[in-house]
Amino acid sequence: MKMKSNIAVSDSGFIFNPDTGESFTVNPIGGLIINQLKEGRETQEISRLIRDKYNVQFATFEKDFDDFIGLLRNYSLIENG
Amino acid sequence: MEKLRYERPLIKRLESEMPNKFGMKIDHFPKTHIDGVPVKQLIEDYGSPVFVLSEAGIRNTYKKAKKAFTTRYPKVQFAWSYKTNYLDSVCNIFHQEGSWAEVVSGFEYDKALKNGVNPKKIIFNGPDKTENDLTKAIINDSLIHIDHLDELYTIVELLETLNKRPRVAIRVNMDTGVYPMWDRFGFNYENGQAWDALNKIMASGKMDLVGLHCHIGTFMLSAKAYGVAARKLTDLALGIKRKFSHNIKYIDMGGGFASKNTLKGAYLPGYDTNPTFDDYAEEISSALLNAEYPPDSLPLLILETGRALIDEAGFLLGTVISNKRSATGKRTTIIDIGVNILFTSFWYDHKITPAQEFTQFTEETTLYGPLCMNIDVIRENATMPLLNKGDYFVIHNVGAYNMTQWMQFINLRPKVVLIDTNDKPHIIREGETMDTLNHLEITPEHLKKFEL
Repeated sequence: MKMKSNIAVSDSGFIFNPDTGESFTVNPIGGLIINQLKEGRETQEISRLIRDKYNVQFATFEKDFDDFIGLLRNYSLIENG
Repeated sequence: MEKLRYERPLIKRLESEMPNKFGMKIDHFPKTHIDGVPVKQLIEDYGSPVFVLSEAGIRNTYKKAKKAFTTRYPKVQFAWSYKTNYLDSVCNIFHQEGSWAEVVSGFEYDKALKNGVNPKKIIFNGPDKTENDLTKAIINDSLIHIDHLDELYTIVELLETLNKRPRVAIRVNMDTGVYPMWDRFGFNYENGQAWDALNKIMASGKMDLVGLHCHIGTFMLSAKAYGVAARKLTDLALGIKRKFSHNIKYIDMGGGFASKNTLKGAYLPGYDTNPTFDDYAEEISSALLNAEYPPDSLPLLILETGRALIDEAGFLLGTVISNKRSATGKRTTIIDIGVNILFTSFWYDHKITPAQEFTQFTEETTLYGPLCMNIDVIRENATMPLLNKGDYFVIHNVGAYNMTQWMQFINLRPKVVLIDTNDKPHIIREGETMDTLNHLEITPEHLKKFEL
């Protein structure tokens, strides 16, 4: 799973998709996940990173992470395949 | 290193839509304490969900309402509307503040007596007073507000055996320029029903006609309607004076003042737009003072305000059960508070605030209750901070009607806690248990056993 390479992400959580002209905002955890995906990290690595940094149980984060990835896919921010 | 508070990842598409001139700010402050007691502590001590009432809140609101009227009119008496919240502790706070009792059933009447209210200071309203209820009220010299002619004739009949002269009033309904017009209770002003009933009472010679009563609606967003109603009751009172040389001792304007809740469909929050006690007081007192009453015989003004006196002092504390996403992609959150204990969620968009710190990020969310029923929706669409499973939250302005209209359904009803003026919590109604319900059931012998 990989973010599309032309997606622009700012430090303040602003995201721009030049393919569609759409822009988005993300919260800090969302931004962290997107940056990790852009760097090519695997989902397990990202999950571990978040759980090390934030007070969250594995099951809760897995559910939220899947939901978030679903949204990224829905907004066409992730490479197909 | 201490871990950071978790917030689920969120991405929101920025929409370029028409600007919303009714756009409202999101409350960015959690409700962590009620009267100095931490919400977290209340839930840990008394369970979730739990109703919490603030004694200081009740007393302060009462004082505010009383001040609004007594600064404008010399003779004012409040009567606590039992049906709004008849927990004994709540009723007794109002009685300590000086409120009489306003009841609408034999059950409520007995409750007021049990609370120690002087029966002469109980106002008995409503269309359903049995012969037993009326007999008791007549013997006790309570104030009987007659709702229909059958009730009037029943009283006349009862007086044939009771050696009493009851103190009565009639309830009058009328057009005050608001929709819907409440015409199902009492006698109509415009078509002459009210005069007909008054003539019959005066002609009977057996009753003491002491007052006139109206209750023009509920959650009235127009204070001016009360001015119209007060003028119409005054017209009747002065007509009685002219025709029978009889003084009406009190004008009872009933209840119906709006609380600070926001009605479903309203553009702006009720806190900013609903009339204040001062608005209602100005209309009513002006109508009475500007009428033709001689200054030394102004009638007593009775107010049966319920909702507006208690709503703000009530909170319902709960816990997030789960976050989901609907088939359309909408965020949905399941909470442990259902419509069976939050009846007013059918009328209001209740304000809901997390009980712990949160960020500025929000999501349009549907809040579902825990009942396995499709109607169990607490908020269709609320802009909510990102709540996690297990997070606590506070639903505001729930003091009126929820603790009387609630029903035991699927789950047991929770505890009610009152925080006193020294910030000490007291359980004022225990949570239900299996025994609460089972002791009412009687299973026939042949249905006690089965094999599967």
